Formats: sequence, C-alpha cells, structure tokens
Amino acid sequence: MKAVSTVSRRVSLISAACPVVALLLRGVPIRAEEVPLVAAAADLRFALAEIAERFTRETGERVGLVFGSSGNIARQIRQGAPFALFLSADEAYVLDLARDGFTRDEGTLYAIGRLVLLVPNGSPLALDGTLEDLARAIRDGRLRRFAIADPAHAPYGKRADEVLRYKGIREAIRPFLVYGENVAQAAQFATSGNAEGGIVAYSLALSPQLQALGGHAPIPAEWHAPLRQRMVRLRGAGPVADRFYGYLQAEPARAIFRRYGFVLPGEPVTE
Amino acid sequence: MDWVALRLSLELAGLTVLLLLPIGVALGRFLAYREIRGKEILEALVALPLVLPPTVFGYYLLVAFGATSPLGRAWQALFDRPLVFSFEGLLLASLIFNLPFAVQPMQRAFEAIPTDLRAAAACCGMSSWRVLLWIELPLAWPGILTALVLSFAHTLGEFGVVLMVGGAIPGETETIAIAIYDRVQAFDDRAAARMATFLLLFSLATIAVTFFASRRVGRRLG
Repeated sequence: MKAVSTVSRRVSLISAACPVVALLLRGVPIRAEEVPLVAAAADLRFALAEIAERFTRETGERVGLVFGSSGNIARQIRQGAPFALFLSADEAYVLDLARDGFTRDEGTLYAIGRLVLLVPNGSPLALDGTLEDLARAIRDGRLRRFAIADPAHAPYGKRADEVLRYKGIREAIRPFLVYGENVAQAAQFATSGNAEGGIVAYSLALSPQLQALGGHAPIPAEWHAPLRQRMVRLRGAGPVADRFYGYLQAEPARAIFRRYGFVLPGEPVTE
Repeated sequence: MDWVALRLSLELAGLTVLLLLPIGVALGRFLAYREIRGKEILEALVALPLVLPPTVFGYYLLVAFGATSPLGRAWQALFDRPLVFSFEGLLLASLIFNLPFAVQPMQRAFEAIPTDLRAAAACCGMSSWRVLLWIELPLAWPGILTALVLSFAHTLGEFGVVLMVGGAIPGETETIAIAIYDRVQAFDDRAAARMATFLLLFSLATIAVTFFASRRVGRRLG
C-alpha cells in the first residue's frame, strides 16, 4: 500500500514535470534562425525601423531589431549573442570583430553620422550649434544638466566628448553632464524636462517624436573625428539577413537614411 | 502593450516558480532542520542575491555562462547554441537570483513547525516522506505560497540581471521590464506607461492575493 502510493506519487511528480520539460524544449516562437536579428546602434532607432518596415512590406520577410550602444553590442557578439547583422555607429568595432573572426567579412560603410545640439522646448539654451551659448550658460548658471551618451562605449558619446574638448569646455561642463547608456537614452534624458539640452545624433533629432519635443542645431563636423558607420554580416547570417544587407545598400533604404540626416558614402555633404 | 514580452515574462516567471518549488522545499527544509557545520555560510550564499547589486550578479553570471566558460562551452556542445542571450540562460539566471526569495520564507515556515509534532509523527511510524506530505507541507504552505509569489513577482520585475545575461532580444530574452526601458528610449511614452501600469496592478494583485490566502490559512490553523 505504502509502496503503491510512493510509486503513484512519483508518477504524478514526473507527469507534473513533463510540461515543464516540454516548455523548456519548445523552440521559442520567434527564433533567430527564422527571423534574423539585426543589432543596431541607437542612432538608427527610427531610420532602421522605417527601413525594416518597408523591407517587410516589399518582400514579406521579417527581421528583428535590437538597439543599443555599438560598444555594448560588440561585447555581446563576442559573448555569443545570436545576431545576424550588426550596424555599428563606429566602424572600429566592426573591424575589430572582423579581425577576431566573428564576421563574414569586413562589411561595408553605410553612412556617416552627424552630431547636433538638442535643445528641448522651454530650455533657456539658445539653438546655437557653435556651442558659444552653451559655454556662456555654464558660466551664468543657466545650465543645470546636459546629456550625452556614455563616451566609454557609445560612439556618439565619444564624439560629443571630442566636441566639448574642441570647444575647451569639457572640464567646465563635467559637473553638469548626465550620461545615457546609448545615444537614444541621452536624447531621452535631454528632452525629459530635467536637462537643458544635450549632444545627440542628427538622425534622432530629425524623428517626428523628437521634433515635437525640441529643436536642434548641427555641430560642425570638423570638430570631431567622423562617425563612420559600418555594418557587417556575422557568422550566423542566413539568406534573409543577406537580402536585408543588400536592401540596406539599395536606393529606397538610402533615401530613408538621407532623410534622417545621414551622409551616404560617396555623396557630398548637404546642409 | 508588448504581448510578446509579456508572454515571455509570464513564461519565465511561471517556469522559475515551478522549478523553484521542489528546490526551495528541499533547501528550506534542509536549512531548517539539519544542524551542519558551515550552515551560516550556506545561508549566506543563498541570501547573496538579495544584497549583491544586480549588475555585479549579472556580470558574474555572464562570465559563468559565457561562450568561453566551461558551462557555456558544454551547453554549446550539447544544444548547438549559446547559453547567454537565450531563454534557457535567462531561466537559469532567474532560478539563481530568486533563490533567497524562495528559500527564506520556506525555511522560516518549516522552522515554525513544533519539533514535538514532527517527533510524534515519526513515533507513529510515518516515513519522512509522509511526514513531509501530511504534516509539514500543510503547516508550511502559507510560507511556501509567499515564497512562490515573491519569486514570481520578482522575476517579472528583475531588470539588471536580465539585461546583463539576456541582451534584450525580442521573443527570446526581452522581458516586460526590459520592454518598458526600450519603449522609453523609443520615445513611446504611451506604451511604456501602459506596460508600467499593467505591471503595477499585476504585482499589487498577486501580493494582495497572497496576504489574503495566508491570513485565511493562519485563521484556520490558529
């Protein structure tokens, strides 16, 4: 009697565990193999979403988008993240990954990024891309918080840091700086109502979402090293990723990049 | 509302609780009744995720699960895909960082059972399995329920560890908490607010249900 109940209890335990095991072994519905994952620098958040939507509309094929700072994505790729395509805001990350054998090839340059001064509605800062008014605001106490992306691993943060250094206000502005994990978060900080402004990607400032929240003024491109944005197919890239990679270099996608303020390789800068 | 992320969160929390139930009962009971040397160290290890910053914890898990770690390599060889940035890796991380939430309430519940009651049961010739099933579990279940609800709610809300070992991949490791973070960065405040409200109400409801249930049980047993 006792033996029977022990056995039946064990059987019921096993049958209770079965759905758990089944769940564990189930392929998660949206798998990397079926829908290739595209990891992209945060400055592409709006432009790439538009391109991917158009790609799906035209071909019926889908890609998954993951945004972050280029440095973080590169680190995740080294740790085995299942991405098929990587659109970096700084080509150095792509070339390093290529050197260490994580990619198919050295990829291709797809855009040159631009920096802008972002000033939210109601901020006392002037829309001045030469940053003269920013320097004055530090001195006269108008500035309390200023947002940039983290220079340690976000390319737009690194270039913003260079711009501040070029203007000779990097040390003076340091106590006022807040750092976004990536450039989209920096833009979010800048427009949250808790900062007087920030230096962010032109491509973000041109999005309808951000245009509703504030204005922007371009910062001279000569003040920082160029934001050479390179993309590359990773080892696991399949046919859909290949087609999307090609699509990104074709005219409809290029037009969208252009509309978001990117300078395209081989094309002149237009203000 | 990001249904994919919500479903993923619920699956993760549900599986975590299911798997933590036997682990927590075994470990909580062991810590409650056994006197062994170095028990304090074991208890400290279980409590560690409570005090460690999630990023520190996430960093160590990332190192332990990574493609170059023994565990990561073994997993890759067995299943032909990496453990980090996968649902399974997230579940493993979730089991570890929920350990104190599951074990501690269960341990307290087992400790609260009078020793003579268990001794009497043993005297009557009940096997320890039967004592567990017929004496201990019925008395300890408010604590067990609390443990499971806390683990469930904590899994829904965990952010730092999930971001570190998960990588925010939609449908695979992007939980609802991560989706909220992502929506804020996409300037989609409406979606972020909707999901945040949902999580708030959901957490409130689960906690309220536990309080209600454990009070009723307390009254019945008292």
